[in-house]
Amino acid sequence: MEHKSRVVLITGGATGIGAATAKALLLAGHQVAVTYHTRNAGDELTSFGNQFYQTHCELTDPTSIDSAISEVEAIFGPVEILIANAGATDDTLLLRMSEAAWAKTLDTNLTGAFRLTKRVLPQMIRQRWGRIVFVSSVIAGMGAPGQANYAASKAGLTGFARSLAREVASRNITVNIVAPGAVETAMTQDLTEKRQTEMLASIPMGRVAKPDDISGAISFLTSDEANYITGVVLPIDGGLSMGF
Amino acid sequence: MDDAKTFEQFKECAVKVLGVSPDKVVMEANFAEDLEADSLDIVELVMELEDSFSIKVEESELENVNTVGAAYELVKGKLA
Repeated sequence: MEHKSRVVLITGGATGIGAATAKALLLAGHQVAVTYHTRNAGDELTSFGNQFYQTHCELTDPTSIDSAISEVEAIFGPVEILIANAGATDDTLLLRMSEAAWAKTLDTNLTGAFRLTKRVLPQMIRQRWGRIVFVSSVIAGMGAPGQANYAASKAGLTGFARSLAREVASRNITVNIVAPGAVETAMTQDLTEKRQTEMLASIPMGRVAKPDDISGAISFLTSDEANYITGVVLPIDGGLSMGF
Repeated sequence: MDDAKTFEQFKECAVKVLGVSPDKVVMEANFAEDLEADSLDIVELVMELEDSFSIKVEESELENVNTVGAAYELVKGKLA
């Protein structure tokens, strides 16, 4: 199948799953913009030259989102593929969880996805084509001690994505979710050693994922081959969440 | 702006967004029945009208706006 070059926006696209996805989509010939929060992208992505763009974005700030996307539109044109990948954790047991830790996590992971989507959706509707992929987590379905805020934010994405999928399906816009299990990224390295050991023991494939294990599935969901797939939550977890 | 000119601008928006022929955009036309517009089409049309006329339409104002005439009156009221 002949593939058209599309304009892609990946939040949190400078590192981890986001960077792996950016690379896969750059290799597929798309124009890829990534947003970053703390660390910007390295040579692996910047070596793609004009096909790649990166900008800072604060997902809790609608103005920052608007200006980041305006920059991307000015350079590449309207966003056709949105991958809302950026996320934050602020782990602690609920008894110790402050309302601020709860609210900030929900604001970044769930409301951030809402803000991004609202900003790019009108153009997708006008063009009668779009792909939206939210990066969730197996924790959305399984829960995890110390991650009530994170799990709630990611589980919220499912209801959000599926409602949106129904609203825009007639416009050739698909909305899907990938739910990675444990992945070798800075975010999972922050987990306690005990939590990491527990996780490994419960993964049938006996290892954590590499970012490339996740990016392949995301790339597929943005492709023309996936044009009849919408509202799906796809676990990519080595079997970790089976049955949840 | 005179009435005919305003309606012409309104009609252009409807034709563009709903993909209907201009002669179908008449006051009595019902969005769902005559113009085969679904709820998302109507939201799109409102967004187009907002841009075209530089107005702002609140969600609550769209209740009972089922015909071209009702939508046109809403837009006209904003321009007054």
